Amino acid sequence: MKNLIILGAGTAGTMMSNHLHKRLPADWKITIVDQRTEHYYQPGFLFVPFGIYEPEEIVKPISKFIPKEVDWLQIEVDRIDKDTDTVYLKNGDSLPYDVLVIATGNDIAPEEIEGMSGEGWHKDIFDFYTLEGATKLHQKLKDFEGGKVVVHICEMPIKCPVAPLEFAFLADAYFENRGIRDKVDLSFVTPMSGAFTKPKATEKLDYLLKEKNINVVPDFNIERVDNNEKKIYDYAGQEVAYDLLITTPTNMGSKAIERSGFGDELNYVPTNKATLQTKVKDNIFAIGDATNVPASKAGSVAHFEGEVLLENVLNYIEGKPLKEGFDGHANCFVETGHGKALLIDFNYTHEPVTGTFPFPGVGPLRLLKESRMNHMGKMAFKWIYWNMLITGKHIPFIPNKMQLAGKNFD
Amino acid sequence: MEKIIANQSINVNDEGYLTNHSQWNREIGHAIAQEEGIEMTDHHWKVVDYLQEQHKNDVPLTIRRVGKSGVVDIKGFYELFPKGPLKTSSKIAGIPKPASCI
Repeated sequence: MKNLIILGAGTAGTMMSNHLHKRLPADWKITIVDQRTEHYYQPGFLFVPFGIYEPEEIVKPISKFIPKEVDWLQIEVDRIDKDTDTVYLKNGDSLPYDVLVIATGNDIAPEEIEGMSGEGWHKDIFDFYTLEGATKLHQKLKDFEGGKVVVHICEMPIKCPVAPLEFAFLADAYFENRGIRDKVDLSFVTPMSGAFTKPKATEKLDYLLKEKNINVVPDFNIERVDNNEKKIYDYAGQEVAYDLLITTPTNMGSKAIERSGFGDELNYVPTNKATLQTKVKDNIFAIGDATNVPASKAGSVAHFEGEVLLENVLNYIEGKPLKEGFDGHANCFVETGHGKALLIDFNYTHEPVTGTFPFPGVGPLRLLKESRMNHMGKMAFKWIYWNMLITGKHIPFIPNKMQLAGKNFD
Repeated sequence: MEKIIANQSINVNDEGYLTNHSQWNREIGHAIAQEEGIEMTDHHWKVVDYLQEQHKNDVPLTIRRVGKSGVVDIKGFYELFPKGPLKTSSKIAGIPKPASCI
């Protein structure tokens, strides 16, 4: 009997357990390890603060989505010993493997910024990347009567890079609906050169910021938070005052990767961006937010990576060359408020452009343009996620490689 | 578009970042630095070398990564390249501006 171990039962790990279970030869046993018991529909976190989703809608038991033939261990991973091909668990047990798939994801690390996780944390400083943060922020927003609302990104890379901007758009609509928009001073503070950084997106979407009266503070690399003064400071001496700070803290990979001694500065696993084999050892693969590949950290990316990783694990087992199959494809709905959304589709080499999706010239979805249909797509995606994406089903008409047809390149 | 930098015709984008890194050499870097008001020292060049090495290996660059590189800390990075240190140093190094997905 040979052993394949998957570390992490989030979007990528759960999906891979389903993919691999169907395709691995009969003499292989699959084990999946995660310390949690609950699977979160993470795109839903964005909607919880505004009361659009209830927490119950976006949480289900992990066990429901793991094939019953796969061994599911609910325990924390201590570390990976790559030299002896062994995973050590927190209870002292060890698991030998022939092939390892790392899908340990990433998480917020507010303690990385001085003062961020201090007395103001979850009082007037919130994240919306955890169920706890999103739920507490909902309470805060319900009682909020006005003031300086700062939507903020600490540093890149982050999970779902457009989510903070979506949050700002939804907050504008939320305060307008509550009749207090004129009492709210809404800012977007980013370490990047602007709210949009790609030429086409900037050209097509800059109007949104003016229309929604969102003040952008670019090039802000946060150094510390002063909880008493209620200000954030950056390394160049800039400061921004807040009454309510909605931050995206530094994102980091799993501590188990750090303990294993092969992660980068942010605990991401060095990984070949086209084959998804790690640079750690030939029998270790990685997928999703856990890798250091220069793609977006997003569920759609994990989904598109999934088919490539499946083929390459099988290739590796059969001694065949790996396929350089992953092109960095990502596909994301971007909420713009008031029942509208944008859709973006891009990869390592092509920035988001206008066009039609998934059928060239037809749509029905429009790329890089606001529409109600796109918003309906985003809302329908919750069903697709629970019923197709994490169970490893192919989503019709959407191949894992990005299509050039239907897109308006110059 | 093409721009004459250090008497060489170089492909750059609207913001002056090189679009073809193979056209880069130290004279180009030096000339871009002068346009940005920066007088290059050995320390500046060490940072540029580090950025280019990371870029070659497809490693996405962040201020923190540079700060932990051992080449320069974050405060020092701001002293060498005031205002937007990562943007300015990337431009001098002939690599793309750090960008998000849209």
